Amino acid sequence: MNLDFSFVNWGVVSSFIAKGFFYSIQLTLVAMVGGIVVGTLLALMRLSGKKWLVMPAAFYVNTLRSIPLVMVILWFFLLIPLLTGIRMGAEASAIITFTVFEAAYYSEIMRAGIQSVPKGQVYAGYAVGMTYPQCMQLVVLPQAFRNMLPVLLTQTIILFQDTSLVYAIGAYDLFHGFDTVAKNFGRPVESYLLAAAVYFVMCFSLSMLVRQLQKRIQIIR
Amino acid sequence: MIDIKNISKWYGSFQVLTDCTTTIKKGEVVVVCGPSGSGKSTLIKTVNALEPIQKGDIVVDGISISDVKTNLPKLRSRVGMVFQHFELFPHLSVTENLTLAQIKVLGRNTEEAKTRGLKMLDRVGLIAHKDKYPGQLSGGQQQRVAIARALSMDPIVMLFDEPTSALDPEMVGEVLDVMVKLAQEGMTMMVVTHEMGFAKKVSNRVIFMDAGKIVEDCTSDEFFGDPEARSPRAKEFLSKILQH
Amino acid sequence: MGSTWDWQIFLQDTGGGQSYLQWMLSAWGWTLSVALLGLIVALLVGALMGILRTVPSKGLQFLGNAWTELFRNVPLLVQIFLWYHVIPTLFLSLRAIPSFVLVVFALGFFTSARIAEQVKAGINALPKGQRYAGLAMGLTLPQTYRYVILPMAFRIVIPPITSESMNIIKNSSVAFAVSIAELTMFAMQAGEETSRPIEMYLAVTVLYFVSAFAINRIAALIERKLQVPGMGVGK
Repeated sequence: MNLDFSFVNWGVVSSFIAKGFFYSIQLTLVAMVGGIVVGTLLALMRLSGKKWLVMPAAFYVNTLRSIPLVMVILWFFLLIPLLTGIRMGAEASAIITFTVFEAAYYSEIMRAGIQSVPKGQVYAGYAVGMTYPQCMQLVVLPQAFRNMLPVLLTQTIILFQDTSLVYAIGAYDLFHGFDTVAKNFGRPVESYLLAAAVYFVMCFSLSMLVRQLQKRIQIIR
Repeated sequence: MIDIKNISKWYGSFQVLTDCTTTIKKGEVVVVCGPSGSGKSTLIKTVNALEPIQKGDIVVDGISISDVKTNLPKLRSRVGMVFQHFELFPHLSVTENLTLAQIKVLGRNTEEAKTRGLKMLDRVGLIAHKDKYPGQLSGGQQQRVAIARALSMDPIVMLFDEPTSALDPEMVGEVLDVMVKLAQEGMTMMVVTHEMGFAKKVSNRVIFMDAGKIVEDCTSDEFFGDPEARSPRAKEFLSKILQH
Repeated sequence: MGSTWDWQIFLQDTGGGQSYLQWMLSAWGWTLSVALLGLIVALLVGALMGILRTVPSKGLQFLGNAWTELFRNVPLLVQIFLWYHVIPTLFLSLRAIPSFVLVVFALGFFTSARIAEQVKAGINALPKGQRYAGLAMGLTLPQTYRYVILPMAFRIVIPPITSESMNIIKNSSVAFAVSIAELTMFAMQAGEETSRPIEMYLAVTVLYFVSAFAINRIAALIERKLQVPGMGVGK
């Protein structure tokens, strides 16, 4: 078992890893925000009770949740240039892909969150004269969002891990950085172990934070 | 039969039982009552070591529960317990509920266990339901099956932890009837309950607890017949309960 | 984009003596095998770790928790690379193991962390009184787990395990990274070779759908068969 980490220094990190790291973070944040916005919209559509809204939303969510993420990444990478005529790099295509994909998962979470707000709240809103949009915006969504915050954040951690799959289209993310280092320095074992360690530290710390957050929310309740 | 000697128990830094001492003799029916949070449910759970104690000792039929050499499962198999929420095993039929521990703990064979179990089931009046599942029975029926389950093990003493507190009022009677019969047949019983009518009718002794301490420990006649001689806390409790 | 579909492409010979259709079906077979074997590993290991997280021993709890955290916080892709590149180097005796086996373990251990989470939640969802009732009758703790706690916890856990089964089919696609001949790898390679990626992707997507649907139906059947009379566990 001969591990030699000597090739790791600040120069290596800044030239190879940093670029990928920032891309992964960027991808995660954009997909999270975009995904939650679109996801909330989808959830509202599914809960509206109107067939012409429910069916497309349900179709969207169920379809995207049944296909592997890698396939979705490949599809979008193939189709976006074809359908729009815009030449798009792997990195840009991935941002659109992830937002669209994660929206399906965030929508399930928001749907559960909206349903977790007691019906009495809606009645109370109507009773003071609110319209449906007002009710949603002022009464239901704020509560739903707060209830589901820990679950939304956990999904974001999963999203961050999933960004490694852009490997399929060669986008330069955090993992790609480590992969490049592995190939350039001929040290796959050390590089991949480092990659695992970095991901572990980040995801574990974030999930600990989420757990703290969960405890705080429970006390306030 | 049961010797509770100066036991104390803490949950973390909170003391739930303080220096409790009492004895239950063979054939006695002892009722434990008191306000919520007085520790009576905790007390009864220490008798068969479901809840550990930090100080003191409990001796059941000559066997100390604090002794490291004591085979606790074996001891527990001789002490019958009935729970507030019945706790029948939902994935097993009534008959299977009755025979599981007989087979696995007492080592009886299936036929023996079935015979014994069904005999107890008949004793509580529910033989017709032997193949049903707990989810298909009412609360009162489930509790009676739970009593039969405990009796199938041929226990030397029966512990009851608020057996009727979770029942609808109309079902309380059927369970108490079974318990009264049991007492009249000479079973040693320790019952945590709010049912003072039952206590008056069948109990030999009454233990009143408050804030983790045993405040009263006297005969049933003294407790109900001579309320003036009781401690202030017990008097207060009695007056509130007996109003209804 | 060719405005014409060419579904005949599937009957074309790949140059190795079999048609693309045959290649795809064999890739499907690989996907299902990897997923199924991975699921078995995940269920066995995950159930064990989940149970350990609920027993009174602090040491065993730590083991279960550490296992879960370790395999949950590293992306599956990275874990597969570790199994493929790192494990055979570190443990020389494992050099000769086929990549298929390594992927099964990678998938299995990754999924086991999620199953451990669900098993722990399932066990803790049971009323505490069930454990007491078992012990009060004289059953030892292992007996109480075996005859009282686990049978019910198992039924609570079936719906989440169904979704894990669907997940593992999807996650098997990550094996493309180490050139396992499964569906996603097929889609990428065949798509390039024939310059007809759309047909290839579409066919593969349909197969993933079919697999997921089948798992869903099988799990619903199992849930119905195991239902306890009188308890509406599930719908």
